[in-house]
Amino acid sequence: MPPEAQGNMMSGAEMIIRALKEQGVDTIFGYPGGAVLPIYDALFKQNHIRHILVRQEGGAVHAAEGYARSTGKPGVVLVTSGPGATNAVTGLVDALMDSIPIICITGQVPTHLIGSDAFQEADTVGITRPATKHNYLVKNVADVGPVMHEAFYVATNGRPGPVVIDMPKDIQVETGLYSGSPKTKHRSYQPQVKGDLNAIKQAVELIAAAKRPVFYTGGGVINSGPNASQLLREFVRMTGFPITTTLMGLGSYPASDKQWLGMLGMHGTYEANLAMHDCDVMINIGARFDDRITGRLNAFSPNSKKIHVDIDRSSINKNVHVDVAIVGDAGHVLEDMIKVWKAGVHRPDKQALADWWTQIDQWRAKDCLKYEPNQDVIMPQYALQRLHALTRHLKPFITTEVGQHQMWAAQFIGFDEPNHWMTSGGLGTMGYGLPAAVGVQIAHPNALVIDVAGEASTMMNIQEFSTAVQHDAPIKVFILNNEYMGMVRQWQQISYEGRYSHSYSDSLPDFVKLAEAMHGVGLRCTKPDEVDGVIEEMMAIRKPVIVDCQVAKLENCFPMVPSGAAHNEILLNARDAGIERADDLALV
Amino acid sequence: MRPQQPIERHTMAVLVDNEAGVLARVIGLFSGRGYNIESLTVAEVNHAEGLSRITIVTRGTPAVIDQIEAQLERLVPVHKVSDLTTEGPAVERELALVKVAATGDPRVESLRLADAFRARVLDTTTDSFTFEVTGSSEKIDAFIELMKPLGLVDVSRTGVVAIKRGAGAM
Ligand SMILES: Cc1cc2nc3c(=O)[nH]c(=O)nc-3n(C[C@H](O)[C@H](O)[C@H](O)COP(=O)(O)OP(=O)(O)OC[C@H]3O[C@@H](n4cnc5c(N)ncnc54)[C@H](O)[C@@H]3O)c2cc1C
Ligand SMILES: Cc1ncc(C[n+]2csc(CCOP(=O)(O)OP(=O)(O)O)c2C)c(N)n1
Ligand SMILES: [Mg+2]
Repeated sequence: MPPEAQGNMMSGAEMIIRALKEQGVDTIFGYPGGAVLPIYDALFKQNHIRHILVRQEGGAVHAAEGYARSTGKPGVVLVTSGPGATNAVTGLVDALMDSIPIICITGQVPTHLIGSDAFQEADTVGITRPATKHNYLVKNVADVGPVMHEAFYVATNGRPGPVVIDMPKDIQVETGLYSGSPKTKHRSYQPQVKGDLNAIKQAVELIAAAKRPVFYTGGGVINSGPNASQLLREFVRMTGFPITTTLMGLGSYPASDKQWLGMLGMHGTYEANLAMHDCDVMINIGARFDDRITGRLNAFSPNSKKIHVDIDRSSINKNVHVDVAIVGDAGHVLEDMIKVWKAGVHRPDKQALADWWTQIDQWRAKDCLKYEPNQDVIMPQYALQRLHALTRHLKPFITTEVGQHQMWAAQFIGFDEPNHWMTSGGLGTMGYGLPAAVGVQIAHPNALVIDVAGEASTMMNIQEFSTAVQHDAPIKVFILNNEYMGMVRQWQQISYEGRYSHSYSDSLPDFVKLAEAMHGVGLRCTKPDEVDGVIEEMMAIRKPVIVDCQVAKLENCFPMVPSGAAHNEILLNARDAGIERADDLALV
Repeated sequence: MRPQQPIERHTMAVLVDNEAGVLARVIGLFSGRGYNIESLTVAEVNHAEGLSRITIVTRGTPAVIDQIEAQLERLVPVHKVSDLTTEGPAVERELALVKVAATGDPRVESLRLADAFRARVLDTTTDSFTFEVTGSSEKIDAFIELMKPLGLVDVSRTGVVAIKRGAGAM
């Protein structure tokens, strides 16, 4: 054996660690078990990679998602075979739906036992095939290095997504020659990043001639990296056009800017939805015409020419037919659009644009996010306005659970920078926010990280609060406690005549005591005048905190485009929805 | 909404890495997204490079067909997708093994019809024939229909394989 090869002889488990190091991985989220003991042993013997022990494998994947979304780097997960792998599945699908790059290494029974219903055997590649962008079962120790590196390439290139590597235990133990490098590509998977220049020119022509244009941008701009957000800002300002972003795109354009119309869609603003409905040119960059955006398809923006920039060809013309399709990376295409725009004599129609803005200002004047303030009861919107006002100077990272609180967070917390907003959009996974906050906090130890939560969602992954305590991750779980699965209750009120079938959060724990029992800090506020004090106290504590912010129980989230309705059938308040905000006060 | 589009039949050729699970990926894509598979065949076509070719016959509106092509293309082990129905003329063939158990007149008749269809006799016993017939799926359908009253007992079909006409490769 040549001497240089000697240093490359190692066990499969050591190869995994080596490849992770070569990929620049500093942190992994995991949970041990029989089928990954060799990897845990290899982890024990090194100091480069920090392992964050979670409390349930589902939490590991969400934590890795938070880590990934807030850093732009892939998140790495390590779990055991069988139940370890199946527990991870929800997180994998979540990452698939929201285009988050994740590498998930799962243990597997030894190769000679595969297929024998061995102890803790599950067909992990079979189960996760539709849950991942791609997956692998490694059958030779020589393949460990190449597969690891290829997995990182696949997870992070093109439309990002989760990749599973199933590692049988015997492969982890066996010794072989390490190979592979971070430069590994995939021989067939080579996504196109540069957009077709002719299509880009055609798009710029349309943009220049527009009279009622709107930018509709999404998570793809965040995926593309901070540079794409910069270019988006540049281009939007150059054109003077209005812009709205999806839930997944918040932060790619500053919420504090006057050209921003707020979020669009089911719980988006009146002005954003009407601008989408009435526009003559729609410029979609990195958004996927999700049904929460389009409402009823045959009434969606009926009179517009549509431009769609997306790195995934299958997102184009999937739900909505577009006029100009550009397959490519948002950053690259924006750069070219700006070049083409500057090279030509493209000047927007000033008069038409001024009229369009006049119209938009009239819509804005509806002040669609307004709510009835209350002296005695904390309105959830008020709590979030105060949270935003008191924390914004620290540029906090915000994660959320799923429900009304998530929508209110999107509406009332303004994001001026990308990668500061982590939410489960596509799958809508309750229980995402707490572990995601842990992942964000691990990546940004000194930042303020807040999980805007509902009480029901908090109960889904509350065990990860212990993870935060163990790893000194001083996350703040800010619960808007309405004692209901509020979003479910709202639909029941509007569509099921108020039959609140199983949507009351009965037998809730005392969240303050719960936080204390888990060695964190618990705080509570029940009156509007206590909110500021509790937020300030929360911010001052360098430990994980749960805030039990007891809010109005029956408040509904508006605006709302009921599913299957058109954008211009948007409901602005309880009266529009045919319901009254009944005996709320009596219930508190 | 766009006017209702007509349902079309398309034949697609998909060049893939010949690796474990690749067929499951393709089939899972069709079942998971509700596309239909009329016929699917797969075999290795380039051993040196480890490439297999899958031929799929499917039906859908033009928008659905376009989605199928895009969805296939984004599977990681897929090298190339060709819609043979739209990319110029192509030839399609299917092979079937058809067993007829008969004696007397029906036996003679089956042999006569087989001859008309240019089917070959692969196996003979005193009371059966196994024919090999090649052609378009319609031709094979027709042959099988004709064999039914004559004592058809078993059929095995390969599914469609297809290739572009002319000198060009996929
Ligand atoms: C309770 C609830 C309510 C919701 N209500 C709303 C709502 O009112 N409004 C709303 O907006 N959403 C809402 N959502 C979220 C919604 O379900 C979708 O997740 C979201 O709208 C999708 O955002 P997106 O279109 O930006 O796409 P994403 O899911 O972020 O997808 C990104 C797109 O960009 C592409 N892409 C990826 N990388 C790149 C790149 N580098 N360059 C170019 N393109 C790229 C991808 O291929 C994909 O097509 C809600 C979710 C929940 C749970
Ligand atoms: C895992 C999971 N199960 C069920 C749902 C359906 N669901 C959506 S919102 C919601 C209620 C959330 O309640 P809570 O966390 O208290 O938030 P609120 O709406 O009250 O703000 C439910 C059950 C879901 N999104 N995820
Ligand atoms: Mg609630």
